[in-house]
Amino acid sequence: MDFLTPPTWADALAIRAERPDAVPIAGGTDVMVELNFHRRRPGVLLDLTRIGDLTTWSLDGELLRIGAGVSYTRIIEELGDRLPGLAMAARTVGSPQIRNRGTLGGNLGSASPAGDGHPPLLAADAHVELASVRGTRLVPVDGFFTGPKRSVLAPDELIAAVWVRPADGPEQFSKIGTRNAMVIAVSSFSLALHPGRRAVGTGIGSAAPTPRRATDAELYAAGELPWDTLAALEPGVARRFGELVAEAASPIDDVRGTAAYRRHALAVLARRTLTWAWRDLCG
Amino acid sequence: MRVTCTVNGTSRTADDVWEGESLLYVLRERLGLPGSKNACEQGECGSCTVYLDGTAVCACLVAAGQAAGRDVRTVEGLAPEGDLDPVQRAFLQAGAVQCGFCTPGLIVSVHDLLARVPRPTDPQIREALAGNLCRCTGYEKIMDAVRLAAATASEPGAAAAGPDGAGSR
Repeated sequence: MDFLTPPTWADALAIRAERPDAVPIAGGTDVMVELNFHRRRPGVLLDLTRIGDLTTWSLDGELLRIGAGVSYTRIIEELGDRLPGLAMAARTVGSPQIRNRGTLGGNLGSASPAGDGHPPLLAADAHVELASVRGTRLVPVDGFFTGPKRSVLAPDELIAAVWVRPADGPEQFSKIGTRNAMVIAVSSFSLALHPGRRAVGTGIGSAAPTPRRATDAELYAAGELPWDTLAALEPGVARRFGELVAEAASPIDDVRGTAAYRRHALAVLARRTLTWAWRDLCG
Repeated sequence: MRVTCTVNGTSRTADDVWEGESLLYVLRERLGLPGSKNACEQGECGSCTVYLDGTAVCACLVAAGQAAGRDVRTVEGLAPEGDLDPVQRAFLQAGAVQCGFCTPGLIVSVHDLLARVPRPTDPQIREALAGNLCRCTGYEKIMDAVRLAAATASEPGAAAAGPDGAGSR
């Protein structure tokens, strides 16, 4: 095995192009587990932690560009005001030690259906910036995942950044697990209200082969919410929204929970998060 | 490969490091620092918690090469040789140690918490220690130790008190 530490992004892309057996590593919270347990023996470990650009974020026009190597701790501390949904999800990741090392880019790279960062990115219409020696492309996050732990990332590409608009309305995230820390989601749900354009964003986690949106639920809520009067949310609307979110999932039975439980839990999470977010909006 | 980093203030070099090796393995097996414990090797238990460039991390999840040129501080380096850090004293005084395997990781996590939040609330303590598992104590004595360490640190001159409450000699 080679351990390569490119000092620049261009060097990293060159190595990635030349060595298809290279496994990128940043925080190591997924990759090192596979190495420690002898589940993986890559030809090259491509260390991305010396590339300064990867650990910065910036506001570019109306969009935030978050480098793939920004840790969850920094997302919470530095971006929690602009991306409350993502920050709520980041707070549920692992433990302080894991949040200090784990990155949004790594979360996307692993492409787990249960990745905590994915639902809020879906709800916020985020894009993923992928780069290779061939060039750079932006992929909408709901087109990024192709299956469990699979994505559109090409063998010669690296995840450079996430592009996302700062929240323009209330956001919520909720997650079911056996404890409040160190837990892989049994199911999770993220919601974003966009009152300016009277739209609703959603993201379902751990209840389908990939993280996914609940499009019918989004359209239903956008049409039914009393945007003009900001009146109290009708319980029937919240309940129906929950049902539509549950219908959008295609969960399985596994060690963490049954499909039926996941579907039920999602309906509850969706109803609650919509209730909380609408209350936030109406003050 | 060869890995050189600063460990507890001293430049240390490890040779014949396997490229996929963890910082934890380097510390324990190559540099003779067994304070950081190896339990789960997957970041679940926190017993290998160390500072990497001032940030608390699980050493088992840091690739050895990622630590090259960086500053590592382990439980062995929290206090000068022969002395104890106030957090270590508080753990002794509160009886927060049973089998002791989780203790070094907890000590580093508490040290990190108190550096950031000198007087943490109970929920803040629980949140900060969520990544450190103890299977003996039920955590109540550990909570006592953190409260004691925080209170001791905020009393002028009290930091020198020994585990029995008497002044250190």
